[in-house]
Amino acid sequence: MIARRWSARFCAKGLAVSRGGARIVSDISLDIGPGDAVILTGPNGSGKTTLLRALAGLLRPDAGETSLVAGDDEHGEDGRGGVIYCGPQNAAKAALTVDENLRFWAALYGAPGARIKQARTAFRLDPYADRLAGALSTGLFRRLGLSRLIIAEKPVWLVDEPTASLDAGSIEIFLGHIADHRARGGAAVIATHDALEIDGARRLRLSQSASS
Amino acid sequence: MNALKAIIARDLRLAFRAGGGAPQAVAFFAIIAVLFALAVGPDLSLISKIAAPLIWTGALLATQISLDQIYRADREDGSLDVIIGTSDELILTAAAKAIAHWLSTGLPLIIATPVLAVLLNLEREAIVPLLLSLAIGTPALSLIGSFAAALAVALPRASLLISIIVGPLYIPVLIFGAGAAAAGASGDPQYGANLSLLGAATLFAAAFAPIASAAALRSNQD
Repeated sequence: MIARRWSARFCAKGLAVSRGGARIVSDISLDIGPGDAVILTGPNGSGKTTLLRALAGLLRPDAGETSLVAGDDEHGEDGRGGVIYCGPQNAAKAALTVDENLRFWAALYGAPGARIKQARTAFRLDPYADRLAGALSTGLFRRLGLSRLIIAEKPVWLVDEPTASLDAGSIEIFLGHIADHRARGGAAVIATHDALEIDGARRLRLSQSASS
Repeated sequence: MNALKAIIARDLRLAFRAGGGAPQAVAFFAIIAVLFALAVGPDLSLISKIAAPLIWTGALLATQISLDQIYRADREDGSLDVIIGTSDELILTAAAKAIAHWLSTGLPLIIATPVLAVLLNLEREAIVPLLLSLAIGTPALSLIGSFAAALAVALPRASLLISIIVGPLYIPVLIFGAGAAAAGASGDPQYGANLSLLGAATLFAAAFAPIASAAALRSNQD
């Protein structure tokens, strides 16, 4: 299989987002180019998830805008749909098997069938293909959630607490996929509390005071 | 198209798996009918007279209990973000969710109806009009209900609220549905008119519920 390449440039200008009437994130600007990674840190409540959801287009910002040029054939000039957000919930159904979850995602993202196996293998889930997702351990379930990144094959990854509940080996696997994604011209924003070793990653620290 | 098919197939699979709610809706439907029959007592002619309206009311109530799950479960596990984010046309996605709900709730209720009809001593000639009215009317219940579910998706323990929202909206469907079933059984010329109006209610719901659901889902994203 030929891996897709991008030349992703993802920008946010003056982003301000509120939740429940309180301003959580204000005046955030980002300029992420191909191969860039940004590590988003900050204490609980500093707005990491809110910012990521706004970047993903899942929350409407009060002010500011985002733009994406994917630099591939599939995503047009406006880059619509070129972003994938992988949240703390895994978007997987406990009552479906690992493969059923992967197949469902593949259908939603319009991914070819071969990518299901690729995603399963990428996160070492092959032995669990026919197991109900609800019967997986927390770490395996998280790996299933992260495998959506491989299925979707989007130029920009927004990942929220990817390594929570992952063991050292799984974190290595995940970081390997981040490196591979960046090598192909993709970009990633990773919100985390862990000290992840990502070469050349920029750091963006959100502070509590942003909520005032 | 593939995505819509996948959503319907997944929702059906989930509905019929353990804890999915589809068999429970049918069981609830049967229990309503049986309890009502027991409460009326051994007056067979009275029971057979109220059997069709009773089955219609039962179908309406049994539909309601699973409405809450149409969008809530997807929101709680994060898959609603994925469904909305990958949707080319959210109106069609909302229609697919309503279709999946009808296939997992309305259709099994229709299939169970002949058995309950016999249990309630419904006259033989009344069964076909009853089934026809349910077949035409129950899609409206799922469509209207899916809109209420989309409206209340962000609220905790919204099940009762959803029932209160859909109650008044179900009234026309109930009147024309039960009316058609009764008119069909007695050979009343109003039968056709009732069925037409019931069909109109379903078509109206089919036209507007997905649009309203999509708008409600969008505004509940924040």
